[in-house]
Amino acid sequence: MGLITSLKARFRSIFKWFFKKDKMRIGIYGPPNAGKTTLANRILRDWTGDVIGSESEIPHETRRAKLREGVKIEVDGKTLTIDIIDTPGIATKIDFHDFLKYGMSEEEAKRRAKEATEGVIEAIKWLDDLDGILLVMDSTEDPYTQVNVTIVGNIEARGLPLLIIANKIDLPNASPARIKAAFPQHVVVPISALKGLNIDTLYRTMAEKFG
Amino acid sequence: MDMEGVQLSLISKDRLERMSSMEKLRMILDSVKEGKIVVLESGLSPEEEAKLIELTMLEIDHDKFVGIEVESYPPKETFFSKLFGKKTGRLTLIGPANRVKMLSKQKDIITAMVQLGDR
Repeated sequence: MGLITSLKARFRSIFKWFFKKDKMRIGIYGPPNAGKTTLANRILRDWTGDVIGSESEIPHETRRAKLREGVKIEVDGKTLTIDIIDTPGIATKIDFHDFLKYGMSEEEAKRRAKEATEGVIEAIKWLDDLDGILLVMDSTEDPYTQVNVTIVGNIEARGLPLLIIANKIDLPNASPARIKAAFPQHVVVPISALKGLNIDTLYRTMAEKFG
Repeated sequence: MDMEGVQLSLISKDRLERMSSMEKLRMILDSVKEGKIVVLESGLSPEEEAKLIELTMLEIDHDKFVGIEVESYPPKETFFSKLFGKKTGRLTLIGPANRVKMLSKQKDIITAMVQLGDR
């Protein structure tokens, strides 16, 4: 991080201390199928007993950003209150043919593809209204993709606090170390949102980073 | 000239520095939609990359144009980027998603495959 950027970040934290927001808006970002909604649901189930959206193996299941306000997370006696925004997966291409293999009709696949393109735009627009980001990556995949690099670059340019979530560590070929090596300048928390593995560490790290 | 192939445009850093963000993005998208591949010597800023994704999403027609493939190295930290926190972009390849397929990407080597016709 640049000297001026880090100074700005320091001033921002002092400013925040004086004018502390009563809650932070945290966006859950990532490429399609990284497990963003599974993570959002895990956080909500743990702290509100509710869910935010449906999870699916079909890419672009979330095509509209979903907001859940006032989620209280309690860690070591401290309470962090956040609004959670589960965003659609960001991609540089959306081909309706990819949905046909899941048994959809051409019409249905084209409609899903169109909604997915709108979802990507919505996710990018949300970046300007957030106080922090959870960037979800699939630990079984190569993290060095253009979408990940672009999202990280935009978060850094906006000076937003970022936590990278190395998700799906329950799978045999998961490698959170590969994600740490690709983004050494950021905190990486390995978890399985589906199985709840290491989720307490995530809450503790969120409280430190966003609290 | 009667030759089948893919047209490549290599845009120099000097040329990119003279162009506004919208000029760059329009030139890239127009070329890619015609099936061409664009190589930018100095790449795009993260904000320009996000804008390029937004414009691409608006122009996907679910028929001829299904999106783009973008490949570049992560921005490099320089003395000025350390001071001002603004990293400059690096060599970037952008092509139509149905023609360009990234094979592997490492810290300093990107290998991609370009198909001659549509898939």
